[in-house]
Amino acid sequence: MTVTSGPPAAEGFRLSQLIYDTRYRSTTIQVVALFAFMLGVGWLISNAAQNLAALGKDFNFSFLWNTAGYDVNQRLLEYSSQSTHGRAAVLGILNTLVLAVVGCATATVLGVLAGVARLSKNWIVAKLMSVYVEAFRNVPLLIWIIIVVAVVNESLPAPRDFRDVETGAIVLTNRGAYFPEPLFSRGLGDVDLGLFKVSLDFLAVVALLVGGFYASGRIGRAADAKQAATGVRPNVLWFRLSAVLLPLIAFLVATGFHLGYPELKGFNFAGGTYVRDSFLGLWIALSLYTGAFIAESVRAGILAVSKGQTEAAFALGIRPSQTMNLVILPQALRVIVPPLISQYLNLTKNTSLAIAVGYMDATGTLGGITLNQTGREMETLLLLMGFYLVISLTISFVMNLYNERIKLRER
Amino acid sequence: MSETHAETAFARKAPVAFVADGQIPASPPPSTAVGPVKWVKDNLFPGPVNTILTLASLAFVALLAYEILPWLIDSSWAPADMSLRGCRAEASGACFAVINERFYQFIFGFYPPEHYWRPTLAFIVVVVSLWPVLFPSAPRKLLILSALSPFICYWLIWGGSIWGPVAVLAAPAVGWLIAAKGGGAITKIVGEDFGPLATIVAAVAGVAIWLLFFLGPVTGALISIAPLALEEVASNRLGGFMLSLIIGLVGIVGSLPLGIALALGRQSKLLIVKAISVGFIETMRGVPLITLLFVASTLLNYFMPPGSNFDLILRVCIMVTLFASAYMAEVIRGGIAALPKGQYEAADAMGLTYWQSMRFIILPQALKISIPNIVSSFIGLFKDTTLVIVIGLLDPLGLSSAIRADQAWNGIVWELYGFIALFFFIFCYGMSRYSQYLERKLRTDHR
Amino acid sequence: MKSTYILGAMAVAGLAASAASAATLDDVKAAGTIKCGVSTGLAGFSNPDAAGKWEGFDVSVCRALAAAVLGDAEKVTYVPTTGKTRFTALASGEVDILARNTTWTFSRDTDLGFDFVGVNYYDGQGFMVPKSLGVSSAKELDGATVCIQTGTTTELNLADFFRANNMTYEPVPIETNAEAQQKYLANACDAYTTDASGLAATRATFETPADHIILPEIISKEPLGPVVRHGDNQWGDVAMWTLNALIAAEEYGVTKANVDDMKANSNNPEVRRLLGVEGDLGAMIGLDSEFAYRAIKSEGNYGEIFDAFLGPNTAIGLERGLNAQWTQGGLLYAPPFR
Repeated sequence: MTVTSGPPAAEGFRLSQLIYDTRYRSTTIQVVALFAFMLGVGWLISNAAQNLAALGKDFNFSFLWNTAGYDVNQRLLEYSSQSTHGRAAVLGILNTLVLAVVGCATATVLGVLAGVARLSKNWIVAKLMSVYVEAFRNVPLLIWIIIVVAVVNESLPAPRDFRDVETGAIVLTNRGAYFPEPLFSRGLGDVDLGLFKVSLDFLAVVALLVGGFYASGRIGRAADAKQAATGVRPNVLWFRLSAVLLPLIAFLVATGFHLGYPELKGFNFAGGTYVRDSFLGLWIALSLYTGAFIAESVRAGILAVSKGQTEAAFALGIRPSQTMNLVILPQALRVIVPPLISQYLNLTKNTSLAIAVGYMDATGTLGGITLNQTGREMETLLLLMGFYLVISLTISFVMNLYNERIKLRER
Repeated sequence: MSETHAETAFARKAPVAFVADGQIPASPPPSTAVGPVKWVKDNLFPGPVNTILTLASLAFVALLAYEILPWLIDSSWAPADMSLRGCRAEASGACFAVINERFYQFIFGFYPPEHYWRPTLAFIVVVVSLWPVLFPSAPRKLLILSALSPFICYWLIWGGSIWGPVAVLAAPAVGWLIAAKGGGAITKIVGEDFGPLATIVAAVAGVAIWLLFFLGPVTGALISIAPLALEEVASNRLGGFMLSLIIGLVGIVGSLPLGIALALGRQSKLLIVKAISVGFIETMRGVPLITLLFVASTLLNYFMPPGSNFDLILRVCIMVTLFASAYMAEVIRGGIAALPKGQYEAADAMGLTYWQSMRFIILPQALKISIPNIVSSFIGLFKDTTLVIVIGLLDPLGLSSAIRADQAWNGIVWELYGFIALFFFIFCYGMSRYSQYLERKLRTDHR
Repeated sequence: MKSTYILGAMAVAGLAASAASAATLDDVKAAGTIKCGVSTGLAGFSNPDAAGKWEGFDVSVCRALAAAVLGDAEKVTYVPTTGKTRFTALASGEVDILARNTTWTFSRDTDLGFDFVGVNYYDGQGFMVPKSLGVSSAKELDGATVCIQTGTTTELNLADFFRANNMTYEPVPIETNAEAQQKYLANACDAYTTDASGLAATRATFETPADHIILPEIISKEPLGPVVRHGDNQWGDVAMWTLNALIAAEEYGVTKANVDDMKANSNNPEVRRLLGVEGDLGAMIGLDSEFAYRAIKSEGNYGEIFDAFLGPNTAIGLERGLNAQWTQGGLLYAPPFR
């Protein structure tokens, strides 16, 4: 590429050098590319401006502060039909994130289990897992989502079937799952963060947990140091446990912690906390679908570690469990993790299919009802795409960091 | 020789009652160590954990069969009254009469039945033209068909005069004519320095002028001379699996050149080119296809010159192509990255320019090893075409809700989804098996 | 490379085929077809049959318009639209008219830049519940889970209704009627809410329709009508008066069967003007004098269309109710043809 032919002999600079001289050509190409790109973008923007003007539309985001007028069922923030479109959008974004996080967690568990089980010597388990993986990989996710939600609706009992039936702490109905909720009879109240309220009790519990684990870590490290110095490890398990648990228990007792159980009242269960059937269905469908893809990467990752590694470890007298932990897994993970994270990315993007089953994620609120009610396609879609882009880029960034860390140091 | 010695020793002694004159035949292994019993023991019940797993799996399969089989068996295919009511009167299980009645609608959408042969033929053309691309052993001359097939398929499916696609096809010929015949004259005018560049610019401009100004009149004239036309079929009559295939195929074929360009751009040492490529790829990969489809259905028209308006299917194809090209770029980048460094160094050592080394050394190899992944991205794209339901196109899923709006079939659920899922499964599974086969085959080539 | 060309070809073909301009009537006449936005499938109003032919109450409006303008009811290009895409499709010229159970509201008429050319169905949002629920009024639905069809004014009306009555509810927004219906039947919702016509249509298809009741409360006004772009008054007039012609025809007793006879023999000056025997009303909206005659001849009058797709003899079985002629105590009232 960089052919240096020495300075041209006393000819001075000719325009044609911009094209034929390799020293200048790359600059020329870049300038031309930049121009073409800006020209293209400018053309698109000017078209859009003209078209919007022709339709008498403007481009502004003030609609976000107007009253939304519609209700949303799965709420992580205070929200009513009198809240603003902006708040509905934030609500949708939170719903997307929750779905994505729990989906990734269960998909990983499912995927690892299925990937390992596919390599199992148990014929029927291996075959069943193959059927699972192939069935989910080769049928569109949208169909799976619709099917799973339909199964949830059809197979689970309706709330009214629980009339005169003793319900346990957790109730599964075809409208969603109800769980006991934590309640504090002498709670500390809420703190208003502007956008939403946070329970001080919750913050206190989190703070105590973080503090407890930190203290426990300190104790552990002190024990390590002692072991390193004297060769005898003091037994600190009980100290560590009590550092985490004691303050927490004390706090919970002091604030009057108890569980609120769901009870059938009127049409639905009241009390407790719940997740909607659409959330359940989406969660299951997304986990199963992504799990099938993860299973394939896990299988490939395990197969990629050559058998000689295991044999070498055995030859060195390393125990099988340690062989797995110290030899196989670190190498397999290097192969598994990059596709795993891109599956997380896919799952996050796929949560947008929630629109098909009525889960109000960001696509359902911002890109759905808000778009329909306000008719501001340009603004809502730009916001929506911006949101997904930020999430994806964050995940990609984390992935790149990880890849850098585990990269084989080539010598 | 000790044996003979021993023999003679024997012979000299007393005569013996028994001498083995052959090997004793091996007795069959115990029944627990061979055949199906052993297989079952080894593969199903090797230990307590596996026994539990096996039993649980068997129970699961039995449960599924118990739930689904009666429904499947007691099904109704052609009741006297072709409706859900008719099915319910006849059988308690599945009502496949809806598939029976709407099968062709699922395949072709609302395409006029007397013209079903056209998309069918187009599909055959596609398969035949993919043959030389996917199987290196196929006759090379078929590649000409591959190059022509998009035009043939377009003409077959949408109909209209053949001269439109032919005139578009003539565009590269115009460019070539200008470059080959006019090159000398142009060089004379602008001087040696800029001759080749000006020729390229002139050729591109010629193509553009041809497309913008001459295409219509020339086509019109040709039509008036010899109207070789098929009956036109409007886009809104396309639907069903045909629509999914069209979107998927256009997306994947269209994304190849764009994807190659983007992959090269991303690998490029030119900062701005690289930035633009990376920006485009990451943006397209970072947003869900569903939002891009919303863009296609609601925003794309805003970004076009005022007054212009084109077909929704075309807009969807454009967005899907852009979307797929970002993924394609990553697939091809993977292929390029997989090549040993020696290939680049060898190309440099031969004194090849960048484009020469890409064209003759890098891309042919990179594309070849990318083919399995290209097939996988096609599978992904094909599955994703079901999302067009959210913008009102009648793909199989969209058709299923349109069918359920018919009084006769309102209330049908599982039969429709099951059928669609099965169709997708057969198609995608077939392709994924093929791509695995390719992967194995290509791998042996390289080791 | 090759695909770029095909996209180019398609783009050129598409550009040549359709360019939205101010004079929709001229465009329609030039193209020889009316691009009609319909819903992707709503029983009784628009759905494709086994042969892929669209049919239904809303579809008939488009067919009548095509008969009036182009002389052939078959010359309609149906563009299925969703709740989300319908307005952009109309605004961008992808469709010429939206005949898709769209509620006439202030903001749609003004802010979104459309014109409603009339009302072809007076509807209102209602609730359907299973009889076993033991509910007889929507006011008893406090705390209920309600399935809604999204993309319409439905969710706003519902929120308003429950807020006005100080009740709580769980909304379950569903995109399509079919999915919502399935959820409702599985008892995943206590009540299903959409336009009363839709409720009746849905209930009619249940295995045991008698197990479900439609509550007496109608919580909203839903005048559904065809929509055109604002600013193209000529096209708006054509659509409006074609619709009015169908309504007037019923009022004067002109039917599909007797339209020829009436045209030849009727002495009623209003009928004679309607059918183009007297005066030249058609020319005033850029059509010929027989536009209404063709529309009626092809589709029948309003009452006939209603009876064919929604009336008591169909599976949907709706009564005329508000949609009766003003002479019968309904709201249908076509301005005079003169």
